[in-house]
Amino acid sequence: MYDILIIGGGPAGLTAAIYARRAGKKCLVLEATACGGQILNTDKITNYPAMASVSGPELAQNMQQQVLDLGAEIEFDKATSIEKVDGGFKVVGEDGEYSAKTVIIAAGTSPRKLGLPHEEELIGRGVSYCTTCDGAFYKDKVVAIYGGGYSAAYGALYLADIASKVYLVHHHEELRATGGVIDALSASPKIEMVLGSDIAELNGDEKITGITLADGRSLDVDALFVSIGRVPHCDFCVDLRLDDEGYIIADESCETNIPGIFVAGDVRTKALRQIVTATADGAAAAEAAIRFLN
Amino acid sequence: MNITSEEFDKEVLSSDKPVVVDFNATWCPPCQALHPILEELSDESDEYKVVFVDIDEDPILATEYRVSSIPCLVFFKNGEEYERRVGLIPKKRIKKILEA
Repeated sequence: MYDILIIGGGPAGLTAAIYARRAGKKCLVLEATACGGQILNTDKITNYPAMASVSGPELAQNMQQQVLDLGAEIEFDKATSIEKVDGGFKVVGEDGEYSAKTVIIAAGTSPRKLGLPHEEELIGRGVSYCTTCDGAFYKDKVVAIYGGGYSAAYGALYLADIASKVYLVHHHEELRATGGVIDALSASPKIEMVLGSDIAELNGDEKITGITLADGRSLDVDALFVSIGRVPHCDFCVDLRLDDEGYIIADESCETNIPGIFVAGDVRTKALRQIVTATADGAAAAEAAIRFLN
Repeated sequence: MNITSEEFDKEVLSSDKPVVVDFNATWCPPCQALHPILEELSDESDEYKVVFVDIDEDPILATEYRVSSIPCLVFFKNGEEYERRVGLIPKKRIKKILEA
């Protein structure tokens, strides 16, 4: 039985593992894909102290190595549920079961999908949730990006450097993003705003060929980038208290409503989701778990 | 091993072992994360082959195989594609598909 089992190998989970190991606790990190979390989608990180500029994968690799050097174990398995058992918890994964006296949930978030028919089939065939990953495929092509926040606005500007035309589609008449980025959008000759309508349909079988809007307008595009926020991974156990958006409720102590379960990183209710706030949570959650164990 | 379109026939389509082709690019951060995982897999067994295709150096292959998101893993057996995965997936899953 592990002292501390950490669900998620992003900056929050890996930092928790560092603190857990430095306190001599037996510790397992369960990671669903590859260590690093969202920073793996980031080309350049320029807001992490002491690193003027570092690539996401490099920062992730350094964190992972530090964790392994300190003697934590990392298992690549996707956690699906947490059950209360005698002396602690059983975490069920897709490939195995793991037991631990305490659990830190640092499972992060994933991009929100549109929820439209054929969306899943068209992922990788023109539907994408990451402009920096897939934008380069659409040199001199026509693309659309859907969303109204800052990430959609900056995504549109990023795409405008590559594509021949970018439709920025948003269901309200005005974007949520404000300030300089709006001026930059208006100044770009390649960006056309398509406001006031939802996407009703994704067209195309083998690959996306266009989108139809709820008001009947349709746009021929080679790609659709979806940028409508993220959803937390929190569906591990029914008794966890969540806020209205599904984030796990905890204050700075990172203690959830269930004794022995702690939460760290983007999946916790908080104002600012950054690498530094995730690592800070990791430390706080590990400290709380260590206190609980002692 | 890195391969180009000229070697694709020999290394992938004519291979007597299952092959996973990693379509990647130097500018793609998740590709950088996946690369060492695939290198490890490659070192672990001779029962399958791992090859890398840089889509910028070989846009024709990427177009031919309709790759429009990377990293994209395309699995081949007896010259036929039998599975395809986009994005990061854990090492164990990749191995499972190769050994299926």
